[in-house]
Amino acid sequence: MSSISKEKITLKINGTEQQLEVEVWTSLLDLLREQLHLTGTKKGCDHGQCGACTLLLDGKRINSCLTLAVMHDGSEITTIEGIANGDELHPVQQAFIEHDAFQCGYCTPGQICSTIGLINEGKAKTLDDIRDLMSGNVCRCGAYSNIVKVVQEALERSEQA
Amino acid sequence: MINTQHIGTPAKRVDGRAKVAGTAKYAAEFEAPGLTHGVVISSAITKGRIKKIDAGEALRLKGVLQVFSHQNRTKLADFDKSYSDLDSPPGAPFRPFYDDKIQFAQQPVALVVAESYELARYAALLVKIEYEQEPFEADFENRIGQAYAPEEYNSTPPPEPWGDADVAYSKAENQLEVEYFHPSQHHNPMEMHASTVRWEGDGRITVYDKIQGALNSQKYIMGVFGLAKEDVRVLSPFVGGAFGSGLRPQYQLFMAVMAALELKRSVKVVLTRQQMFSFGHRPKTLQRFSLGAAADGELRAIRHDVFAETSKFEDYQEDVVIWPGVLYKCENVKLSHKLVPLDVYTPLDMRAPGGTTGILGLECAMDELAYKAGLDPLEFRLKNYSEKDGNEGIPFSSKELRECYRQGAEKFGWYKRKKEPRSMKEGHNLIGWGMAHGAWEAKQKEASAKAILRVDGGLVVSSATGDIGTGTYTIMTQIAAETLGLPLEKVEFKLGDTSLPKAPLEGGSWTASSVGSAVKAVCDKLGQKLLELAQEKEGSPFAEVKFDEVEFRNEQMRLVKDPSIAIAVTELLRQNKMDSIKAKVNAQPAKEQQSKWARYSHSAVFAEVKVDEDLGTIKVTRVVSAIAGGRILNPQTARSQILGGVVWGIGMALEEYSVMDPQQGRFINHDLAEYHVPVNADVQDVEVIFVEENDTVVNPIGAKGLGEIGIVSVAPAIANAIFHATGRRVRELPITLDKLL
Repeated sequence: MSSISKEKITLKINGTEQQLEVEVWTSLLDLLREQLHLTGTKKGCDHGQCGACTLLLDGKRINSCLTLAVMHDGSEITTIEGIANGDELHPVQQAFIEHDAFQCGYCTPGQICSTIGLINEGKAKTLDDIRDLMSGNVCRCGAYSNIVKVVQEALERSEQA
Repeated sequence: MINTQHIGTPAKRVDGRAKVAGTAKYAAEFEAPGLTHGVVISSAITKGRIKKIDAGEALRLKGVLQVFSHQNRTKLADFDKSYSDLDSPPGAPFRPFYDDKIQFAQQPVALVVAESYELARYAALLVKIEYEQEPFEADFENRIGQAYAPEEYNSTPPPEPWGDADVAYSKAENQLEVEYFHPSQHHNPMEMHASTVRWEGDGRITVYDKIQGALNSQKYIMGVFGLAKEDVRVLSPFVGGAFGSGLRPQYQLFMAVMAALELKRSVKVVLTRQQMFSFGHRPKTLQRFSLGAAADGELRAIRHDVFAETSKFEDYQEDVVIWPGVLYKCENVKLSHKLVPLDVYTPLDMRAPGGTTGILGLECAMDELAYKAGLDPLEFRLKNYSEKDGNEGIPFSSKELRECYRQGAEKFGWYKRKKEPRSMKEGHNLIGWGMAHGAWEAKQKEASAKAILRVDGGLVVSSATGDIGTGTYTIMTQIAAETLGLPLEKVEFKLGDTSLPKAPLEGGSWTASSVGSAVKAVCDKLGQKLLELAQEKEGSPFAEVKFDEVEFRNEQMRLVKDPSIAIAVTELLRQNKMDSIKAKVNAQPAKEQQSKWARYSHSAVFAEVKVDEDLGTIKVTRVVSAIAGGRILNPQTARSQILGGVVWGIGMALEEYSVMDPQQGRFINHDLAEYHVPVNADVQDVEVIFVEENDTVVNPIGAKGLGEIGIVSVAPAIANAIFHATGRRVRELPITLDKLL
């Protein structure tokens, strides 16, 4: 094998539709990071064990390292670069700053996407739910108690809305 | 002294926006024209030699550029010192691709470089390597008999004995002999080690590296490849965690640089999570204690003997046995620290190296002794409180540990504790309350900084330090803004670049102290220059004024005694037709003054666990950590550092375990599914208290550093709480449910 086959797909990434020709062995994560230079989505293990690569696929949070780009023709993808409204940060992004819910910042884009995905799911009701349902996103700096505060706030906002 | 416009306030991280918006760029995220991708192949054996490498099939793929190994490497330096870096222990540093020898499991043996990452990864599977295996030694327990004391130290040698510990022990009414053990542990920062090398032409390169000090990578590259300083610029503006793993340049840097120099192309090499287990780790360590106390619980004798893993090629060492002398008053102490050489990669400083280990063993053993003497663990510590550092026989520059006990115990409700193990219960949960105290050295190192104030009022301060999530960007901005009376938005702090003034490695909790002092000094120097400018003007109200008679507030320089006499700093530049004004300093610690004092931060940690009586599952439900860390520059980022330390302590006590299979000679749980670090559900209520502590000795800003004091006493507090809950002393970490059943 000296060349890998390519497929044409259309992805709507952060609101912009893009026609792409992707090699079939390219993960969604590597497509974003290496070819589209959207490096906000992080690689922390490449095995679905850490959650750093979490993004929103059609509104649902997924680990983008565990899926091939070619499988998502026609999908809508929101990465951390597409969360803010122009210069105005999303309330969850702003809350991460307010609560100092990160240190090194490497897991942060995944945590933010995961928080938004969690709210969309509508499953979390209690503090323990939040802790359990955010446990797919590892933070080695140990900002969990601050992250929980962000999620609690976001949950309250969504209930009021 | 500094006033408090910004210092001591919970300013939001100045790099926060970049981090939440995904625009902060880490080492693997920089672009370069025609960037190529390198994938490392790791050795399949633990010890022996490479007989043959057949890269033919890989090289036949279109787009594969080269397969590098010892067979086709660049000419490299001959002497060990060329491979040493700013954190090398004594010995012969590992030389990637140097020859056919395999010294440890997962040793990098080849690098495949291709036009795309996927292609390089695929091609790596096609490289056929034949090995000749040799017997190896990876079984720590069986090698303790061969332990030796290092000939050369880059740590504190074990303090000489004082008193007579053996005699005092034999006479003590309460005697305790115990062993504590913890396994190897890996740093596992979220960002995997990566280097992007941009080929600039004419043998010049720009390197983006994951490192806790760009200057260390530069030194290493210059030494190994014989490059001139001006041909190598290293940057690390953002580091996705490190905890010590980035103190030494790791081998992906070597690989990316070599490939770039050979191919005259830009190259990126990122390690896999599995390969993150192929270099340094916290060494597994066995600690033996003989502790003696009088009938009333007064300490009479401490023997602390340590056996710690190292590699066969470097004598890794850390300060494990200095803690009895720092933390307890005792007249008879004997200490030793020996190394057990194994066929592994050299261990590496990992968050509070030595302290995390020594304080774990000491604080668990002291808890046992307190029980023997019939004392409450906190009462026992108060009884044996050290007023001076027993190792050096000198007083502490400040030590508000009693206040940590008081505030921590009160917040936790310690005084409601029932002493007897298994005496507190809630349904089928056994409740345990444990405590421990700890310390970490407050060091200051030489550091430089420069500052430029522009006529538009913007100030740029810089130093080649790092920010691995610790908050360096933010606190340096605060210190500079404070010193020159500017709003935070007008100050920019730059770091992580070898073109900036020299700074020490970012580690050891000394960055706030060292670089902070340099930032303050350079801003003071700039202030002095501004005063001189004012004084040049005829009839200036500042003409006869000394520097300590002016202050900088609201972007003005003004008289302390009459703030209405003021001039805008930008006006001073304008009057003198200057675009900007600059200063540079090298801040040295006041060594003579400092050497008269033992300088440490202190902590007292109280932990609650709930242990299921039937299943042995353990939950850490509450932790109160009270810290005496000198001046707190930013209570919010400071709190985050301590929270992180608590999470690390939970991991160490209950989860973290790099499992060495002595048959295979390798860590067999080398990923994040099998190596457990705490997740969100593992962390419940954590409270952080900073007690007030003024210290004018440690450095000009009075901050002691917080990166490490937050972890040291957490794991022993949890272990002691588990004893209190269950009546079981588990002396081998991690404390997993099987050990309680």
